[in-house]
Amino acid sequence: MLELQNISARFGALRVLTDVDLTVGSSEIVAVLGASGSGKTTLLRVVAGLHRPDAGSVRWDGHDLADTPPHRRRFGMVFQDFALFPHLDVGENVAFGLGELDEPGGRVGEELERVGLGGYERRKVNELSGGQAQRVALARALAPRPRLLLLDEPLGSLDRALRRELAGDLRTALRDAGIPAIHVTHDPDEAFAVADRIALLHGGEIIRFGPPERIWHAPGTEAAARLLGLTTIVNVTVGPEGVSLGHGEGRRARAIVREEAVRIAADGGVGGVVEDATFRGPGHMLRVKVSGGDIAVVSHERVEPGQTVGLDIPQEAFTLLDG
Amino acid sequence: MTRRAAITLAAVPVLFLLAFFVWPVLSILATGLTEEGGAFARVLTDSGLLGVVWFTLWQAVVSTVLTVLLAMPATWVLARFDFPGRSLARAIATVPFVLPTVVVGTAFLALVGPSGLLGVDLHGTVWVILAAHVFFNIAVVVRIVGGVWGHLDPQLEDAARSLGASPWKTFTRVTLPLLRPALAAASSIVFLFTLTSFGTVLILGGPRIATVEVEIYRRTAQLLDLPAAAVLALLQMVGVVAALIAYSRYQERHTVEQTLRPARETARRPQGRERTLVAAILGGTGLLVLGPPGVLVWRSLTASGGLGIQAYQALGSDTLVDVGSAVGNSLGYALGATVIALGVGLPAAVLIAARRGRLSRWFDTLLMLPLGTSAVTVGFGFLIALDAPVDLRASVVIIPIAHALVATPFVVRASVPVLRAVRERLREAAAMLGASPARTFRTVDLPIVSRVATVGAAFAFAVSLGEFGATIFLARPGGPTIPIAIYRFLGRPGVLNFGQAMALSVILMVITATAIMAVERARLPGPGAF
Repeated sequence: MLELQNISARFGALRVLTDVDLTVGSSEIVAVLGASGSGKTTLLRVVAGLHRPDAGSVRWDGHDLADTPPHRRRFGMVFQDFALFPHLDVGENVAFGLGELDEPGGRVGEELERVGLGGYERRKVNELSGGQAQRVALARALAPRPRLLLLDEPLGSLDRALRRELAGDLRTALRDAGIPAIHVTHDPDEAFAVADRIALLHGGEIIRFGPPERIWHAPGTEAAARLLGLTTIVNVTVGPEGVSLGHGEGRRARAIVREEAVRIAADGGVGGVVEDATFRGPGHMLRVKVSGGDIAVVSHERVEPGQTVGLDIPQEAFTLLDG
Repeated sequence: MTRRAAITLAAVPVLFLLAFFVWPVLSILATGLTEEGGAFARVLTDSGLLGVVWFTLWQAVVSTVLTVLLAMPATWVLARFDFPGRSLARAIATVPFVLPTVVVGTAFLALVGPSGLLGVDLHGTVWVILAAHVFFNIAVVVRIVGGVWGHLDPQLEDAARSLGASPWKTFTRVTLPLLRPALAAASSIVFLFTLTSFGTVLILGGPRIATVEVEIYRRTAQLLDLPAAAVLALLQMVGVVAALIAYSRYQERHTVEQTLRPARETARRPQGRERTLVAAILGGTGLLVLGPPGVLVWRSLTASGGLGIQAYQALGSDTLVDVGSAVGNSLGYALGATVIALGVGLPAAVLIAARRGRLSRWFDTLLMLPLGTSAVTVGFGFLIALDAPVDLRASVVIIPIAHALVATPFVVRASVPVLRAVRERLREAAAMLGASPARTFRTVDLPIVSRVATVGAAFAFAVSLGEFGATIFLARPGGPTIPIAIYRFLGRPGVLNFGQAMALSVILMVITATAIMAVERARLPGPGAF
């Protein structure tokens, strides 16, 4: 089990990580979700031993790893651009971590088979497609049977469709290998697709850490909500009869509006002006200005900008935020 | 670019090379072949001369290996780490390369010569020559290998570490293979420079040690044995061409396609114990690089006992060498050489940058040949070739022309990468924004070309100021350049003369450094060989 305690790191005067605590249980996959520049990559490099933290400890099964250099940690890593060795072929790349243990046609073929690239041993790495390179990188990292796998935006440089497909494969591969992993990404879909637990990293601090459902239902802060892609956030007032839009009498707060729960009202409802309307597959996406902010809603009929619509916003559509 | 424009651009460089490179080389060939009984047979059976050839080869190999080994730590630190004063450290590492060979020779005499600061006299030994060659060429490795190393993806090394490779295994199995093409490039350049080393060996080698270059000079100037000099020049040219061919074969086979990263992304601050290592490497290399010029300056100021500028004052009143006119000559020749080198080099660079293909590559190679051919061969060739149809040898233009021939490859090499960086896309973008072709040229191409011209000019100026090998054949007794004047001071006995040689070397060093600093300021960020 991996434990990070009070990890802090800085580049010169710039604080990159502040008091980060994180645990990864045996065969658990933890996704670290953060925007670019939030310190995700530095966090992985600290765990890998490639960056020395300014404070805090990295422990494996209770042993402090401060004096264990990267090559003795037995932590595998998959890099954002895969970092395949360009002077070696696919087989040699996968064999790199096997050292003397490698025998021809043995483990290398097996590992490549496992990621669906059997027979690719003699291919040059610059002849691989993005998806193939990603799988070779995974096979290479898994071949030496690491006790923890670190994945730095492993799908980041692939296109969207491929990303969705490979995220599922990745989870299956990690599950089968029974190897715990830290998966760093900026994409909430990817984090939900792979993770047992999700940590939200914002400005170098972990602002939320827990099972995906809990994080989704109670993000806590506005920054956390935005990381999760929940961007419809409005001003509300909490009164005795519940939450209402806009700042009025009562406790003022910010709340997420879950778009999927909002409907166009047949009549009545909360009035708002359509600011913008665009056609997206399932219907017309309207941006409606209401008291307290803008709300996105799907309508079956096109409504011209400038017109007024009524919105049916049930209480369960609101998720109150802290602060 | 149209065919017609290409031919127009090619005309000047091609004519220049035909007249001042191809024709002299053919004359050398003729001189070597027309002797009764054959000069080739005579040279190839002369054990003394074969000894010179053998010495030239092995000292070049040893110099190259030592240079690469000693330059690697500094190359690593300068390419991979970010620390305060990094660009200053880089500039300092480049200092030796831009110093004129005569200045390097004098500096090493001041350090380990007959009255050297260190108290050991290594004058006339191979050791001082190897030391000077290493000193001189460290910058080549730092620049060329560092240029690639600074752009290697650091994730590759991290990946190796995460796969269980120790730092040493990471270096030998990942870093080194990826640097191999750059190392080969740097090694071949160092090999060619040390193979054709002239000024340093002439000054430091004493009477017993000679390279082929020095022997060509002796045969010509002292023994008047032109056929033997011609044969030696031809042998050397064959060696140089063979080395270049071997190098390009190697490059073709070993070039690895890889993603290069911007240098600012790859450099990081040293951590923990690395700090000590980085400081030690910087300190050691700094001592190696700044030591000899530092000693030169110090000794020029203490030449007559106490601290003072007597040596500098004596320069003004010397009866045998007119230092004032030497400085005037040098600056005048440098100006002329700069104009010629730009006139020849810029059209050539524009052409090479704009056209890709077999013809363009041949043209590129043709322009690089004078660099590999050595200054002594150029000077010797001019001496025997340029007497007809017009006897140019007595004219003042001959030295600027020779210097321009040596400087043109530098102008071309400095310009082509920058010109290639002006993407067709930029021009298209300008056109899409409504700029006419004339305005596109004025706003997109011209600023870059003029920047390139500034860099090229400073290079040509610096090369001309320090040029020694060709000038020594061509300078008239009454019209020395600064390097020739220094050499004359060194040839005269006495403490005061040595003091004057050191003082004049310092002056030349300062003028050259000023020109090079102009280059550094005008340099565009990005990869480039020099």
